[in-house]
Amino acid sequence: MRAKIYIRYKDGILDPQGTTVWHALNSMGYEAINDVSVGKFIEMNFDNVSKEEAERLTDESCRKLLANPNTESYKFEIVED
Amino acid sequence: MRTAVIVFPGSNCDHDAYYVMRKVLNKDVDFIWHKEGSLGNYDFILVPGGFSYGDYLRAGAIARFSPIMEEVIRCANNGTPVMGICNGFQILIESGLLPGALINNKNVKFLSQNVTLNVASTNSIFTQNLIKGQRLDMPIAHRQGNFFASDDVVKKLQDDDQIAFTYDENPNGSIVDIAGIFNENRNVLGMMPHPERAAESILGSSDGLAIFESLIENM
Repeated sequence: MRAKIYIRYKDGILDPQGTTVWHALNSMGYEAINDVSVGKFIEMNFDNVSKEEAERLTDESCRKLLANPNTESYKFEIVED
Repeated sequence: MRTAVIVFPGSNCDHDAYYVMRKVLNKDVDFIWHKEGSLGNYDFILVPGGFSYGDYLRAGAIARFSPIMEEVIRCANNGTPVMGICNGFQILIESGLLPGALINNKNVKFLSQNVTLNVASTNSIFTQNLIKGQRLDMPIAHRQGNFFASDDVVKKLQDDDQIAFTYDENPNGSIVDIAGIFNENRNVLGMMPHPERAAESILGSSDGLAIFESLIENM
């Protein structure tokens, strides 16, 4: 069982890294791209837990440590290998 | 007066902080390793700058869960003066002792330069000896020093006189030029600039010393 976690800045939070990447892509000729945001992708593995338990542990990990609720939002999916 | 300087893996201004308290101000000071589960009887807790845990995840995010932080939070809530400088400020914010967030500088760059601060509030033991509007020169050295908070949090900081210092020329995009803030009880100060690195004229400025002197005199 694995959790795939996606963390990104909330709307309205300055994302200078995303802006810089966007400008770079634009200058490479990809003018149809009108916004880029750079976030984090985290994977966690579980041993011997139910899907519900994996969801609970992932949500708790995100709230307590992985994401900053002031500036970041997160979503995740639980994948059964 | 006894000071505790908290040391995390990756702290790199711990010796500067120790030096100022011990050699410049002639006070007792101990290094306290972050794995310690209890703090002795200290009058002042200093959370120094550096790159605790390599700034992994977010600056200060992992240090906040070091065993010693429960003690730092307990002492702060009991009224012990606590000061977080640079990474120390980031750790105090992550630990919930101070509001807001410190996000990437607006230009994505690590900034290492001298700045001029304005004293925004003298209503604390840290700033009581200063004059409102007084200008202080000291260095900054950070990549995630851009203070951010929601509009209502910023309004509360302004209304309650919790903004300690502002930048004369905003280097990093911080909202309303914030360089340092107090908690509600005004015994916790967090600031991105480094007063401990501006405590002797040979270093180019001794303006930072006034903050430590104010604390010693008024605590």
